[in-house]
Amino acid sequence: MLTRLLRERILVLDGAMGTMIQQCRFSERDFRGHLHDHPHDLAGDNDVLSLTRPQTVREMHDAYFAAGADIVETNTFSATRIAQADYGLAAQSGAINLAAAKIAREAADAWTARTPDRPRFVAGALGPTNRTASISPDVNDPAARNVAFDELVAAYREAADALIDGGVDVLLVETVFDTLNAKAALYAIDDAFDRRGARLPIIVSGTITDASGRTLSGQTPEAFWYSVRHVRPLAVGLNCALGAALMRPYIAELARVADTFVSCYPNAGLPNPMSDTGYDETPAETARMLGEFARSGFVNIVGGCCGTTPAHIRAIAEAVAGVAPRRLGGEVERRVA
Amino acid sequence: MPDEAPQRPLRLAGLEPLVIDETSLFVNIGERTNVTGSRAFARLILGGDYAGAVEVARQQVRNGAQIVDVNMDEAMLDSKAAMVRFLNLIASEPDVARVPVMIDSSKWDVIEAGLKCVQGKPVVNSISLKEGEAEFLRQAKLVRRYGAAAVVMSFDENGQADTYERRIAVAKRAYDLLVSRADVPPEDIIIDPNVFAIATGIDEHANYGVDFIRATRWIRENLPHAKVSGGISNVSFSFRGNDAVREAIHTVFLYHAIRAGLTMGIVNAGQLGVYDDLDPTLRTLVEDVVLNRTPADGGNPTEKLVAFAESYKARGKKTEEDLSWRDASVGARLSHALVHGITTYVVADTEEARLAVAARGGRTIEVIEGPLMDGMNVVGDLFGAGKMFLPQVVKSARVMKQAVAHLIPFIEAEKTASGSRARSKGRIVTATVKGDVHDIGKNIVGVVLQCNNFEVIDLGVMVPAQKILATAREVHADAIGLSGLITPSLEEMANVAAEMQREDFHLPLLIGGATTSRVHTAVKIAPNYANGPTVYVPDASRAVGVVTSLLSDELRDAYVADVADDYVKIRAQHAAKRGPKLVTLEQARANAFATDWSAYAPPVPTFLGRRLIGKADLADIARFIDWGPFFQAWELSGAYPAILDDAIVGEAARNLLAEGRAMLERIIGERWLEANAVVGFWPASSTRDDIVLWTDESRRTRLLTWRNLRQQNERPSGKPNYGLADFVAPLGSGVRDYAGAFAVTTGGGVDERVAAYKRANDDYSALMLKSLADRLAEAFAEWLHRKVRVELWGYAPDETLDNAALIREEYRGIRPAPGYPACPDHAVKADLFAALQANEAGMEVTESFAMLPAASVAGFYLAHPASRYFAVGKIGKDQLADFAARAGVTVDEARRRLAPNL
Repeated sequence: MLTRLLRERILVLDGAMGTMIQQCRFSERDFRGHLHDHPHDLAGDNDVLSLTRPQTVREMHDAYFAAGADIVETNTFSATRIAQADYGLAAQSGAINLAAAKIAREAADAWTARTPDRPRFVAGALGPTNRTASISPDVNDPAARNVAFDELVAAYREAADALIDGGVDVLLVETVFDTLNAKAALYAIDDAFDRRGARLPIIVSGTITDASGRTLSGQTPEAFWYSVRHVRPLAVGLNCALGAALMRPYIAELARVADTFVSCYPNAGLPNPMSDTGYDETPAETARMLGEFARSGFVNIVGGCCGTTPAHIRAIAEAVAGVAPRRLGGEVERRVA
Repeated sequence: MPDEAPQRPLRLAGLEPLVIDETSLFVNIGERTNVTGSRAFARLILGGDYAGAVEVARQQVRNGAQIVDVNMDEAMLDSKAAMVRFLNLIASEPDVARVPVMIDSSKWDVIEAGLKCVQGKPVVNSISLKEGEAEFLRQAKLVRRYGAAAVVMSFDENGQADTYERRIAVAKRAYDLLVSRADVPPEDIIIDPNVFAIATGIDEHANYGVDFIRATRWIRENLPHAKVSGGISNVSFSFRGNDAVREAIHTVFLYHAIRAGLTMGIVNAGQLGVYDDLDPTLRTLVEDVVLNRTPADGGNPTEKLVAFAESYKARGKKTEEDLSWRDASVGARLSHALVHGITTYVVADTEEARLAVAARGGRTIEVIEGPLMDGMNVVGDLFGAGKMFLPQVVKSARVMKQAVAHLIPFIEAEKTASGSRARSKGRIVTATVKGDVHDIGKNIVGVVLQCNNFEVIDLGVMVPAQKILATAREVHADAIGLSGLITPSLEEMANVAAEMQREDFHLPLLIGGATTSRVHTAVKIAPNYANGPTVYVPDASRAVGVVTSLLSDELRDAYVADVADDYVKIRAQHAAKRGPKLVTLEQARANAFATDWSAYAPPVPTFLGRRLIGKADLADIARFIDWGPFFQAWELSGAYPAILDDAIVGEAARNLLAEGRAMLERIIGERWLEANAVVGFWPASSTRDDIVLWTDESRRTRLLTWRNLRQQNERPSGKPNYGLADFVAPLGSGVRDYAGAFAVTTGGGVDERVAAYKRANDDYSALMLKSLADRLAEAFAEWLHRKVRVELWGYAPDETLDNAALIREEYRGIRPAPGYPACPDHAVKADLFAALQANEAGMEVTESFAMLPAASVAGFYLAHPASRYFAVGKIGKDQLADFAARAGVTVDEARRRLAPNL
């Protein structure tokens, strides 16, 4: 179904969850909800809101669907056992992912029921965690690592299973700054699919962190694609870090080499600590650049990351409406070249 | 080549991609990082010299290896641990990690451990049918799941395939199983048809070269998309010790194998010749051996080559890496080593630099401050320009540390000699703040500070504020350094600053990290920490200067004052700077909040004109106190009433509240303060952004004109650009609307008592009384507003909101106060006080529009159900000019009045 739609038109992914949550200015008490006896501070744990403020999360999904998103991401960017350990909620990882998937599923189903000609989808988000499997945390010992591959696999396996149980349509391994972390996630997902005897599409989205045009762990976009290509993703793309303007050469590079659909959901420009959302660009600016990516034939899925709001998504959806999606010609072009 | 479908490329990756397709030349796989193949490498690994071992890998890549083969199969070694350690080490060496890795072992568990360390797409070397189909397929599926390609050895349950027929039979069986049963993409299959030694003197070995080459051709023609690889050095094994001849054999063997379709081979990249450049005699002899031909002049090809080889032994040539940079000056060499992260010569070069400095009577520290910091600055510049990336910078830091480690004993000795005890210049606690994992910049700052003899206690990443402060206190730190890369870290830094203030720290606070800035530090962080200096450190090279100044008795005061001055300027500039995107005033007005006035019947106040409310009941007013701001005034952060149970400040908050209530009882009981108010209502109308209050119902004489501003920032779609005038019926609408005004004070009698407390050196009570008077004034405004809604204007006679709901502003109508976000211009207070004749209630407005007594509140009342509080925010030059024209003042005067909104 997604594949068919992706051939027909450019699909729109949602925008930032964190930015909207930030704007709610929740207090520690809001974050805690019924977990008021939890021994650890929860303020800032956006993912726990799926348990403690499900209605808020639902409203955010609704806002993005209303703005024109075809796909929303579950509120699970940091919901792995490893990331939740910072809040003493490692044991709740499964519950958080399950709840988040169900909330997004209900929202999507409600919107699909409203407009059956325009089905809505849920992407189960698996973030990078806050550890790096291939970068040393210790300047004196470059061989040191603060997380093991197996640990990552176990954490991602738990999260992926819960997301699948909650009814997501696609799994989204995103904001990949260390490809080894992503490979652990993909390993876990593949394993989960095997045990279930059923597969879902996968989207993998990397992050180019700075002007060097590399991921934090040093890979070029093309090397990144080859490193995750073995799971045959529905789409590969870039998100976060750079705004659209600076991301252009790298999304162009991916579009050139990827023999699959390409996704792109940049931040609303570069971080600007002085702005309300923390980022620079207005909806019109972000949308103008993504519209240009679409017309240049770079993308099949567009959306927003940090600093983007439903207004950005609405503008983006308008900017790509009617623009033909990128054709899957990467492999052929390469051969001709 | 297969006739129909074109070959699918094999796509591998290290930090950079490696695509192998028909257009690719032969791919060299570096063989030297293999303990079974290189005795030198084995010695390094067994001796634990991993730095030397990494150097071997680096040399191979410099010499042209496009893939690095890593093999740790050695009986005396924990192969698994060695594989993991070495792969992790080269992952941190961008010069090596840029190419894909070949994980080479005969043990599956070593291969699997290796696969868990590699971020790119590596090649496994190897899997085979040696232990049967089930195990072969299990391993193949895992290889795919780990995202690797695989070399498949021509080896089955019956052993190694050593004839042409066996080689192709095993290859076909393995290929078919992988494609049909393990879902392995055929382009990820690399068949190794076994390179065995030739010229051994044993007849059965004579055709090994030919069989390999034929098998290669068959595989490329019959197994679609599969690639072929081999361990090339094996072929010349019988000529060990004669590198020149070995090189010739490799060159000739490769020449023919590549023409047959060999995709890649494990070779010593530095030991490959050019076929056409070989000595013609040698080349012919070698070719006869490789192709198992009878020499033109008859005889045995092997015997002939062996005989010729003796004469060639001495002529072995050496291929060296490019060491031309070693010829440069010592400074340039150190810089090169820092930029390229090379530790090999750094101690020797550092020593040379030290001796040079010593020879001219300088101090050892000058080596650090001179050539080493110069090199680090180059690194910083390249990084900033996107020409180096993070892992390289980490490596540079490591080189720096080694250089510094070499120098430390000399620095200590100089100090001992000069009589000064070797003592740290100061102790700095550093941390990447909670929520952030980025620490490279911070680590570099740590290194640089340690280089300069500061003691650095690094708490790592994701460090909560409390841990930072507790550690700083425990170790008697002289400064705290915070770092972070992502945007939310900025907020956390501001939080740490606020916590430092709350916990009464006075230490310097240093701020660094990619998203931080001088402006952000000045505007958002420094104001939270009034006790001590907050200093932005733009990069590691500045850290030493900043910390030295801050910790020096002589320099500190002047430096702190400089920074403070600078920040004041930045804050002023920032405040004056246009922040968010603005629309034009015209566009903003077009997007005003729209009210259907025809459907609205404004409530009529019970009286028009003004009324004095003297000596209101303080006990009644006190019920409306919002205690939240009371705690803020005392710098206890947290929402009321939750703050009373707060783990950290709860006790302090409870004590403060108890003492505040005790004083409040005396204030009320002993009538310390007098609560007076004036309130009035008048006919009102709006004209664009102005609200006009008319003296009477004839609506002909203006009582006052309240010049308001309109939000001008670009609003999310669907949200209006609010102005207060939107809530009052326009002049031409025919709707007779009204507005109110008020001024309340509870400040009568405060100053005298405060002065008395101060004379008695009781600042606590003085502050307590002031803060309570402020709370009472706000409560009085709340009390009066309620009275207005329920009784005096009377549009909400049945309102039953409790105090919490009032604090949440759930009532209908608003009471915007001049100087607050919805109406930032203070100047209207003069007209307001005049209209209300507030002097009769003991209140006045100063020239700078401050109200006296201080515990006073004044504002307007608007009653429209849709009226709401909002912040005007930044306005444009067009609105500034428009405002000046409306108010009848110069633009400069308007600019002064509205500075915070510009």
